[in-house]
Amino acid sequence: MIRIRRRQLGEWIAAYILLSPYLFVFLVFSVFAIAYAFYLSFTYFDLFSPPRWIGLGNYLYLLRDNLFLQKAVPNTLKYVAVVVPVQTAISLLLAFAMDQEIKFRRFFRTLFYVPSVTSSVVISLIFLWLFKKTGVINQLLGLSIDWLTSPTFALPTIMIVNIWATTGTMMVIFLAGLQDIPVTYYEAAMIDGANRWQMLRHITIPLLRPVIFFVVTMGVIGCFQVFDQIYVMTAGGPLDSTTTIAYLIYKWAFQSTTPFMGRASAVAFVLAGMILIVTVIQRRLIERPTEV
Amino acid sequence: MAVEAIAPARPAVRYRDEFAWWDRIKKPLFYGVVIGWSIIAVMPFFLTVVFSLKPLTHLYEPPFFLPIPFTLDNYLKVVTEFRHLFPRWLLNSAFVAGLLAVVRTLFCAMGGYAFARLRFPGRDLLFWAMLVTMMIPGQVTLIPSFLIIRQMGLLDSLAALIVPGIAGAFGVFMMTQFYKNLPRELEEAAMIDGAGWFTIFFRIVLPISRPALLTLALFTFQGEWNAFMWPLIVLNSPENFTLPLGLSWFKGEYYTVYSVVLAGSMFNSVPILLLFFLFQGYFTRGIALTGLREG
Repeated sequence: MIRIRRRQLGEWIAAYILLSPYLFVFLVFSVFAIAYAFYLSFTYFDLFSPPRWIGLGNYLYLLRDNLFLQKAVPNTLKYVAVVVPVQTAISLLLAFAMDQEIKFRRFFRTLFYVPSVTSSVVISLIFLWLFKKTGVINQLLGLSIDWLTSPTFALPTIMIVNIWATTGTMMVIFLAGLQDIPVTYYEAAMIDGANRWQMLRHITIPLLRPVIFFVVTMGVIGCFQVFDQIYVMTAGGPLDSTTTIAYLIYKWAFQSTTPFMGRASAVAFVLAGMILIVTVIQRRLIERPTEV
Repeated sequence: MAVEAIAPARPAVRYRDEFAWWDRIKKPLFYGVVIGWSIIAVMPFFLTVVFSLKPLTHLYEPPFFLPIPFTLDNYLKVVTEFRHLFPRWLLNSAFVAGLLAVVRTLFCAMGGYAFARLRFPGRDLLFWAMLVTMMIPGQVTLIPSFLIIRQMGLLDSLAALIVPGIAGAFGVFMMTQFYKNLPRELEEAAMIDGAGWFTIFFRIVLPISRPALLTLALFTFQGEWNAFMWPLIVLNSPENFTLPLGLSWFKGEYYTVYSVVLAGSMFNSVPILLLFFLFQGYFTRGIALTGLREG
């Protein structure tokens, strides 16, 4: 009996020793950091003097700040509303195409995936140059649009770059999902006299639903947090037309002469709340049971 | 999802339905889509290579697809004129990404093994809390993490990148799933022989976890090699920059020599592309399993 207990105690100790490096990161940079950020969001904190409690002051400030309300929030929502559906649609189409009898599939998959392993900074630097007024894209298309310095085109340009960059990853996920659907389902449906459209509607789409949910969720989370491309390509400009919520957090906390650590923390929680709400909504939409 | 070896294409089935027209256009359509997107995906890199081999004065000059006039000047500048910067950034990036790829993979494997196999008080609560933290966007912890690193006196040093990165929820979660699916026979045999938990883990479990470890190490390396926001916030002096941060800074400081930026960015993308080509299966399998990119 005592031997068993000792063995059990040994197991507890071993577990915590094995977990200790992660526990350190978890306790310091997750648990404590989240709690600290929550506290900071109710304070005024400029790094020079200790945080001063101001209650809901930061959150109330956001309700009447033009940069946040008129620029950051609409820009972010526009960005998510365009990029997520487009990248999902393109990657799904590519995955369908790749699921057919196509020669050199491995080779094509490799090419699709190349943008996904490249750093966002390099991608931004390349497109910054390609989208110059005198740049290659304008020359190839016979246009002379000032893509990144025009308040009209800057955000759409960043959308294009991000769609280009993430589609490959999502295609790989969709392809894996498609290949997981057993061929026997299609064979059975065919014996029952189902046509191609019915198979797509009643086999492929329903079985792919969890994968679609997953891809859309990853897309939503990624898009809400877009930062690198904006920092490198436009720095939130021109005229704040590319200032997103994630960029605003950086701007207020790390770029202004008086750092607004408390206010930026409040924005971070608003961002987290928005991501949560959108994820729940799209879960309802996508996982709604199919009418057979 | 077994995509490591790409699954065979669907067998050609002869359908007989009103969608026969679809069969005629299907093949050209799908080939068109696949080839079209391949060109779109690769073209920007191809143009970057071409123009990094052209003189600065030809930054916007045709021909677009051939390096004419040809020069290695931009690459020479990277290693001569800017030798106090680029090689340093390359080294910093390689050091941080390489170190974390090894350290984080090991620590995450240890944590994952504990979650998957050992029984200890607080296990389920901890695991659940870990999943919750994975759903909290990085922006929330960004400011406190900065303040913690500042308090530790690590600002503007590579340690600021390493300390918070030694382990992570994503890696622990991935390894937990891996160990839950791993057969227990070997471990049980070792346990009967009286081996302790650490012997079992380091001598038996780690060596047979190689595929999962390699996948996680590659993800970690890629994430750290490409990381931008965190280095941007904690590093100040150009000599401490990582390569992505350095390239972004360089673009601001030396805006007029964009050809050098293009050449410099090759030092960032070529190593990771090589790794990807070498270990493609691990990358795509990991993506399909988790859908996540670190960083």
